[in-house]
Amino acid sequence: MTIELQEAELKRDPELPRTTDGKLDYERIIETPEFKHLVKKKNRFLTPYVIAFFAIYLLLPILTGYTSILETRAIGWMTWTWVYAFGLFVMVWVFTQIYVKKARDFDKDVDQIIQKHVRD
Amino acid sequence: MSMISIAIFFAVILLTLYITYWAAKQTQTASDFYTAGGSLTGWQNGMAIAGDYLSAASFLGIAGAISLNGFDGFYYSVGFLTAYLVVLFLIAEPLRNLGKYTMADMIGSRFGAKKVRGAAALNTITIVLFYMLAQLVGAGALIKLLFGIDYWISVLIVGVMMLIYVLFGGMTATSWVQIVKAILLMIGTIVISFLVLMKFNFNFVGMFDIMRTATNHGESFLHSGVVYKDPIGLISVLLALVLGTAGLPHILMRFFTVKDAKTARSSVVYAVWIIGIFYVLTIFLGFGAAKFVGSKAIIAENAAGNMAAPMLAGVLGGDALESFVAAVAFATILAVVAGLVLSGASAIAHDLYAEIIMKGKVTEKQQVKAARIAAISVGIVSILLALGSEKLNVAFLVSLAFCIAASANVPTILLTIYWRKFNTTGTVASMLTGLITALVLVAVSPNVINPVPGAAFFVGDPLFPFVNPAIVSIPAGFLAAIVGTYIGAKRHEEAEVAYAEVRFKAETGYRGL
Repeated sequence: MTIELQEAELKRDPELPRTTDGKLDYERIIETPEFKHLVKKKNRFLTPYVIAFFAIYLLLPILTGYTSILETRAIGWMTWTWVYAFGLFVMVWVFTQIYVKKARDFDKDVDQIIQKHVRD
Repeated sequence: MSMISIAIFFAVILLTLYITYWAAKQTQTASDFYTAGGSLTGWQNGMAIAGDYLSAASFLGIAGAISLNGFDGFYYSVGFLTAYLVVLFLIAEPLRNLGKYTMADMIGSRFGAKKVRGAAALNTITIVLFYMLAQLVGAGALIKLLFGIDYWISVLIVGVMMLIYVLFGGMTATSWVQIVKAILLMIGTIVISFLVLMKFNFNFVGMFDIMRTATNHGESFLHSGVVYKDPIGLISVLLALVLGTAGLPHILMRFFTVKDAKTARSSVVYAVWIIGIFYVLTIFLGFGAAKFVGSKAIIAENAAGNMAAPMLAGVLGGDALESFVAAVAFATILAVVAGLVLSGASAIAHDLYAEIIMKGKVTEKQQVKAARIAAISVGIVSILLALGSEKLNVAFLVSLAFCIAASANVPTILLTIYWRKFNTTGTVASMLTGLITALVLVAVSPNVINPVPGAAFFVGDPLFPFVNPAIVSIPAGFLAAIVGTYIGAKRHEEAEVAYAEVRFKAETGYRGL
């Protein structure tokens, strides 16, 4: 185990972002273009979805509390209040699946960053 | 109590004891005890999250609330589910990447100060005690009703069972009890829903037409506003529901039972589907109980409507189904309180004892021993509190727990991951402000001071108008984080020291050499 580590130490690319004691230099690694790209991509994806689900969720009590527009019949006697609430369930499931799909993409980027900057 | 009830009741007890016996053999290290060695798969943890989350308040409480108040009861279903988007999008993966056993570990990965970990542990213990008290008082009342045994014996049965699971089987036993409970709960709920739908001739839309005239609320049963007349009060409740889950220690702890962030993610996905399907079905439980049991009979049994689901099962499927549903309710309570004991014990034994008092210098054996002692203490304290609180209104304890979680924990968790400037002063200020604001506002709310005699502890005009203070206490938690951070920064406190490391680890799951 120790010998393997030492060998890895010898083969290590001097350009890798590490401090002198062999630890990762986190200050440098978060400034690498790959990591910055990942964070930017994640934020660009997460921000609108998070704002959207909070807004759509909080719109329900605003509409039911301050207006009566949801109190009209939608399908038979199922009122728009119920339709909106079911819509929130659908939103949760759809957003969950979208997140999972997107997260697989992020996983690949993470693997590449680890490959390039952490493993030798 | 019929023979069928006794048989099903004992079947549940024996099955969970067998699980504990099997789990005990695999529980050696602190990691086994707190997190089942991180060995759970995505679907297992997803089921366990559902089992941990769908408490008696969800199963019995929401069914009752919908049956008595129509759509206003369904708000809980909507809020409790949407909360998982916050968990999935913002919390689950970074939490798994940074933490070890507890929420405080994750915050401690960035802020080493003892007071930070201490404040996090204090919040965990407070939330656990309120939540646990609600479950135990509810359990006592429920088992008393279901099986006709005294309140104090009911509390003791639940208390002793939860301690057995946790002490001997740790997180492995707790997780599997939760998984079994989730399966039983889903079977029970699907069967009842199917029978209700059959009674409505499988006409989902027509069901709403029938419900329009089935209760004395008339058409209002189908609209919002039977309970929540004040929009701000309603928004406050919904805020606590959607943000609270992401700060509940027993739910957060579940993410450490899987091996990595990818598995944590997939476990949320399983949980979202199971929990979502369950909450959709609460409509059938609620409508069915309102139509086929009737609000008069439901209120006669329990004023809050907690017996609506078992009574509905009795009307639809006779004694056998009612007994089965009663056993499911019993299993539900056991699974939730076991998870709570474990998270309370981890805050005391891991955060306060091992990390703060012993500075991390404890052997594996000492850790496990401390965890068991802490579990016994948490268990005994909550049993004693529950024995003295039979008459307490439990619904407000649960909403208080959600409110503290949302106000005291969520700002800190989010800002630890996402805010570069966040520092020790900000962290402690946020956690304590959130906690104290929530507690104080509840203490002067209509839950505690009410003009209607008998409705609360004191008679009088409440100083704070809303039952749930989340709309004030959540912003207070965030504001304190920001103000505290700027005060700390003026004192040249470390601001970005560990942030680069935390950010990199949170995103990648890299654990260091």
